Amino acid sequence: MLNPIKPALIMLLALTVLTGVIYPALVTLYAQTFFKDQASGSLLYDAQSVPNGSQLIGQAFTNPKYFWGRPSATQPFPYNAAASSGSNLGPTNPALLALIKARIAAFQAADPDNHFLIPIDLVTASASGLDPHISPAAAHYQVSRIARLNQISPKRIQKLVDDLAEARQWGILGEPRVNVLLLNRALTQLVATNER
Amino acid sequence: MNEQGFLQIMLYLLVLLACVKPLGWYMGKVYQNDSNLLNRRFCGFESLLYRISGINPAYEMRWTEYAAALLTFNLLGMLALYFLQHWQAILPLNPMHLPAVNPDLALNTAISFVTNTNWQAYSGEANMSYLTQMLGLTVQNFLSAASGMAVLVALIRGFSRRNSSTIGNFWLDMTRSTLYILLPFALLLAILLIGQGVVQTFEPYQSVTLQESHQPHSSPAELAEISQAINYQSIALGPVASQIAIKQLGTNGGGFFNVNSAHPFENPTPLSNLLEMLAILLIPAALCYTFGMLIGDTRQGWALFTAMALLLIPMIFISVWAEQNGNPLFNAFHIDQQFSNLQSGGSMEGKETRFGIVNSALWAVLTTAASNGSVNAMLDSFTPIGGMIPMSLMQLGEVIFGGVGSGLYGMIVFAIVAVFIAGLMIGRTPEYLGKKIEAFEMKMAALVILIPPLLVLGGTALTIMLDSGRAAILNPNAHGFSEVLYAFSSAGNNNGSAFAGLSANSLLYNLLLGGIMLLSRFGLMIPVLAIAGALAAKKSIPVGPGTLSTHTPLFVLLLMLTVLMVGALTFVPALALGPIIEHLQMSGYTSLNGR
Repeated sequence: MLNPIKPALIMLLALTVLTGVIYPALVTLYAQTFFKDQASGSLLYDAQSVPNGSQLIGQAFTNPKYFWGRPSATQPFPYNAAASSGSNLGPTNPALLALIKARIAAFQAADPDNHFLIPIDLVTASASGLDPHISPAAAHYQVSRIARLNQISPKRIQKLVDDLAEARQWGILGEPRVNVLLLNRALTQLVATNER
Repeated sequence: MNEQGFLQIMLYLLVLLACVKPLGWYMGKVYQNDSNLLNRRFCGFESLLYRISGINPAYEMRWTEYAAALLTFNLLGMLALYFLQHWQAILPLNPMHLPAVNPDLALNTAISFVTNTNWQAYSGEANMSYLTQMLGLTVQNFLSAASGMAVLVALIRGFSRRNSSTIGNFWLDMTRSTLYILLPFALLLAILLIGQGVVQTFEPYQSVTLQESHQPHSSPAELAEISQAINYQSIALGPVASQIAIKQLGTNGGGFFNVNSAHPFENPTPLSNLLEMLAILLIPAALCYTFGMLIGDTRQGWALFTAMALLLIPMIFISVWAEQNGNPLFNAFHIDQQFSNLQSGGSMEGKETRFGIVNSALWAVLTTAASNGSVNAMLDSFTPIGGMIPMSLMQLGEVIFGGVGSGLYGMIVFAIVAVFIAGLMIGRTPEYLGKKIEAFEMKMAALVILIPPLLVLGGTALTIMLDSGRAAILNPNAHGFSEVLYAFSSAGNNNGSAFAGLSANSLLYNLLLGGIMLLSRFGLMIPVLAIAGALAAKKSIPVGPGTLSTHTPLFVLLLMLTVLMVGALTFVPALALGPIIEHLQMSGYTSLNGR
């Protein structure tokens, strides 16, 4: 029998260089050449070109004037993009039921006259804790509150939601959704123009 | 199920089916060493590798030599990965200055990646430097997959060779799998994923200012300090696309980030999700065709493929149904769980909006049918039935497509058991693909089938008796038992997915699960190679009137029943203590309260 240690060592080294250095370097080169924005995190910028968000990473919104996104279970604060995490609460865990009750109460307190059922995605934590989207139903549910607190007609807010809603990719894939950060950025602009 | 969901599942299955023959044929050509197919310059690189390593490509190995080469190669890979984590603090490409990984966690992770399990006791963005991810984890994503494929090819040679004392050369099989199959497809997939928004950069984490500053969850003591911090968001980045591509293709499944493919940077769009799901089953499914091609009878490959597909498809529909039904305990609340054109509805805790119910439940089935283990939703928060499906798919032995190479060699072992059972019924010496199946092969096959359940049930029983074992559980009652059972099912079948509420990063779990991953990987590979060696040495017997044909619907059914029967007899009692009881409690509560 041949001694396998020498071939194993050299093979490991050579294939490590190939798959662990050359391969990721090639992919990075391609990414940074042709898709620089996407490969660097799909960042958004303010007027001074300072990055103030990513299209793909949600942010926490608690002010009732803004659209609220999915609850986030990241620690120690919601939407911690350096420590993604779901809640991992099981379906029969009393802690989950208590959290959901509290979230329902928060929505009802912020908009007491809204008697529609609350869409499920608004009261359940996302898998990543960074979900940038809510369902169109979840955005529609919040229109009356946003309109009242920002003193803009519900029709105008509804149009904003419809404009930003994304359909299924290619008409088939995934689920329809609305990006909460983009929605709130557009809302801020709308409010600013209204006040001017 | 709604029409949109049905359409997405069908689209997935059709695209997968369309890839099986062309990819299977291509891989067959690679293993037949068809030099017309491959670029000459790349072949030059291959021979250069052999030259510098002192490998004679014409040399043929006995099964024991093959196993020794495989074990040595994997052991060295494990050591390298361990020390890379151990020294990451002083090595370059660590922009976030992450400290050395704890020894028990580093050992667990090294074992986990070398055994193609990719169990994540670590959190990618919080524990692993860019260098460790790239030079350690990505490399083992390739090499562990290639090792599995090599063992499969050796087993196939056992059937196709006659009166031979050798089963091929491990270095060739492993190198060819890496160079001509895994690497080109990973490159292609990485490129496609980058277009969808998967990140690929060596820059440090990006700090961005928030539109609205906000408060931490609730920790009054730290409040002053933290509330100042939450005016900005630190966004984890890294060389993600290159690792995700091979993580999906090589049935590895260890994520770059903690939440794996639920993270928007690992899986940003429904299209990236489809590509990643396809990559999970692509190679395991196509290898069925390769198998048929290499033994000279493609019907045999299609028979195994059919058995796997027929076991897979019902699982998809049960899983989607369970998740779409939502959580009956929420029916009392003022919330809407119904599917509509404006929301996916259903059990949305631990799921992402862009994937909704259908793509999360479908992924959960695919990732556990294959021994991939990546997730795009948190399985711990699935409904009891929705969570039982992935658990049982692992417990069936990861043979419903299974890992690259390992799934098919597992299924071939089940086929050997199936012809043995048939042989007992009709009173003839069993044979499979022209080879007599005798006592030695059956002993080895029994080992392959019995080792994983022993590790899973033994490990679960032991851990649940220990205080430190129970302390790791997050959810109360039956669901807590499910978390432990899931962890051992995952490690004992080299899957790697988790009910992630379990705090598995402790000395007990890291060492115990590490040991189990080693045994369930190499404790199965060695008997499989022994079968290969024994079969290769036999002569081939011609097909006679008493031969059981193994490409017929009858045999497919027999094979499926064998897989299901072994799985059910072993695991139903354990499942009854976890997901089944939880399901009864959940629905029972509802009916008792008249809702």
